[in-house]
Amino acid sequence: MDKFTSHTGIGVPLRRSNVDTDQIIPAVYLKRVTRSGFEDGLFAAWRNDPAFVLNNPVYDGGSVLVAGPDFGTGSSREHAVWALQNYGFKAVISSRFADIFRGNSGKAGLLAAQVDEKVAQRLLDLLDEEPGATITVDLESRTVRAGSGENAIEDSFDIDDYTRWRLLEGLDDVGITLGHADDITTYEATRPSWKPVTQRA
Amino acid sequence: MSQSTGRTLSEKVWDEHVVRSAAGEPDLLYIDLHLIHEVTSPQAFDGLRLAGRPVRRPDLTLATEDHNVPTIDWDKPIADPVSRTQVETLRTNAEEFGVRLHPLGDIEQGIVHIIGPQLGLTQPGMTIVCGDSHTSTHGAFGSIAFGIGTSEVEHVLATQTLMQAKPKTMAVTINGSLPEGVTAKDMVLTLITHTGTGGGQGYIVEYRGQAIRELSMEGRMTVCNMSIEWGAKAGLIAPDQTTFDYLEGRPEAPKGDDWDAAVAHWKTLVTDDDAVFDEEIVLDASEMTPFVTWGTNPGQGVQLGGLVPSPDDFEEPADKVAAEKALTYMGLEAGTPMREVKVDTVFVGSCTNGRIEDLRVAADIVKGRKVADDTRLLVVPGSVRVRLQAEQEGLDVVFKEAGAEWRGAGCSMCLGMNPDQLTPGERSASTSNRNFEGRQGKGGRTHLVSVPVAAATAIRGTLSSPADLA
Ligand code: SF4
Repeated sequence: MDKFTSHTGIGVPLRRSNVDTDQIIPAVYLKRVTRSGFEDGLFAAWRNDPAFVLNNPVYDGGSVLVAGPDFGTGSSREHAVWALQNYGFKAVISSRFADIFRGNSGKAGLLAAQVDEKVAQRLLDLLDEEPGATITVDLESRTVRAGSGENAIEDSFDIDDYTRWRLLEGLDDVGITLGHADDITTYEATRPSWKPVTQRA
Repeated sequence: MSQSTGRTLSEKVWDEHVVRSAAGEPDLLYIDLHLIHEVTSPQAFDGLRLAGRPVRRPDLTLATEDHNVPTIDWDKPIADPVSRTQVETLRTNAEEFGVRLHPLGDIEQGIVHIIGPQLGLTQPGMTIVCGDSHTSTHGAFGSIAFGIGTSEVEHVLATQTLMQAKPKTMAVTINGSLPEGVTAKDMVLTLITHTGTGGGQGYIVEYRGQAIRELSMEGRMTVCNMSIEWGAKAGLIAPDQTTFDYLEGRPEAPKGDDWDAAVAHWKTLVTDDDAVFDEEIVLDASEMTPFVTWGTNPGQGVQLGGLVPSPDDFEEPADKVAAEKALTYMGLEAGTPMREVKVDTVFVGSCTNGRIEDLRVAADIVKGRKVADDTRLLVVPGSVRVRLQAEQEGLDVVFKEAGAEWRGAGCSMCLGMNPDQLTPGERSASTSNRNFEGRQGKGGRTHLVSVPVAAATAIRGTLSSPADLA
């Protein structure tokens, strides 16, 4: 997993609340056997609407999604996070995330930045006024920044210390456990020789 | 815990596998055996590939194809493209990462929870995981065995460990002896109706008492298999002579001096007399009778001799609503004798009841009889070995002469992922473990039953026990 310190990218406004994981990626797209390629199913139900935000070329290459409250509710599918990442999103900003989605994001390296509802609204307004504007999410200082001059927005976002540490260090669960590889090797040396194996050397 | 307090069986097994423990953190637990199948493993392997990581211990990993494989024409290419891709992906991954695989057509292929014990890989005192909730089956040998999700599959592949918070302990003591004709399945269905589907939440459960001791290994596996159906993290049974006799001589069981050393250790795997469980349940086996489900979760059960309940029979408002919904889905009228419920399809198989002992019991009942006119009987052995053994004993002929369909090994109609599915409104009596809405096919109506009830039902066409057969 790549380390996440700060990211600046084109903000994509998704003016919808309660976007559940079925809307992020419908079940029919889950048959794939890889962890990549889910971008084609991202927001699939809305993608054939020409007015949908991702169909606006201004947002090509967008990497910071700004959504309404209660993002990521519904089933626990990890594919929702993968689909956002596969599409190119590095961070999602919302005033409220579903717990499981938030947990899955942290594990996979997608930053779920929870901001005050007013801040989310100001970001959405800014993106409406200045389509293609960039947003910076700075994990070290836990701040989100966008706009300039009168429109400048700078505020803090919430993320728990543990998830922040993991993202900063670029550690997934496996990476953290492999940090204890010596303990595992030591343990393995104590296993009785008669324990079963599925193949012999 | 103070030094003077004894430990339960599950605590002993747990403690033996702690690689690392730190205050405020879950334990890092070593995994002795990781079982893999085609449905929950592809993304785990892809995760390894993306991170450039190997499988740490291919020699503690075993893969098979079971959930999504056809039970007819298994020597031909799989027709369904999604199933075919999953199966082919498992084959590529096993090859690339050096994992032993028993593919369709291999003599050791079968349901993952059937082949582990059959090969002798499942042994007392182990930690066993698989990306499948019925991994609890292996607890019958005195192991801690539980199901995990795909990201945990990746974690185990890469590290051979799991981060796990220590669950609470529960004892389910079943005293007395089961009456003639009442099985381990009836026992566990009775227990689940007694506790409700959430009764075991957060616990590792030890099944004990005379009735458990008297069960064969197959019966013990049936009981442990359904631990997850009442919410338990895992279920296990202390190993004893029955366990050792089952294991001795199996292909992957210890041999010679290793066998002696292993048995000596396994004999220490019992709950100490002064150990304390966090929770205890006591039941009496001698009062048990054939038990079947009427609703859409495994806790909605009733004695075969009983009636379809009415929502009014339940005190909790939530239970009333659940009962009402279930009755509508199941198309049942409150007050109908269970014995009058007409069944379209009988399924004998799954990791709950797809072992050779189960097929012998079923064959014994249908022998010389005919499956009822409007009823179909589907017999699906749990593994290729089970199928071959049954064929050697002539059980396939018995089934076919009775008018049953005899199939190849796999999960089949247990989950309706392959073409073996119920049609909307079709009613089944099934020896499997889940009666959720649509589990065996969209709109399908499932009654969970024991093997003897399944066989007798196939003959009479309504829910029945062998005692009902003339
Ligand atoms: S037989 Fe059913 S419960 Fe058992 S592993 Fe297969 S699908 Fe799961």
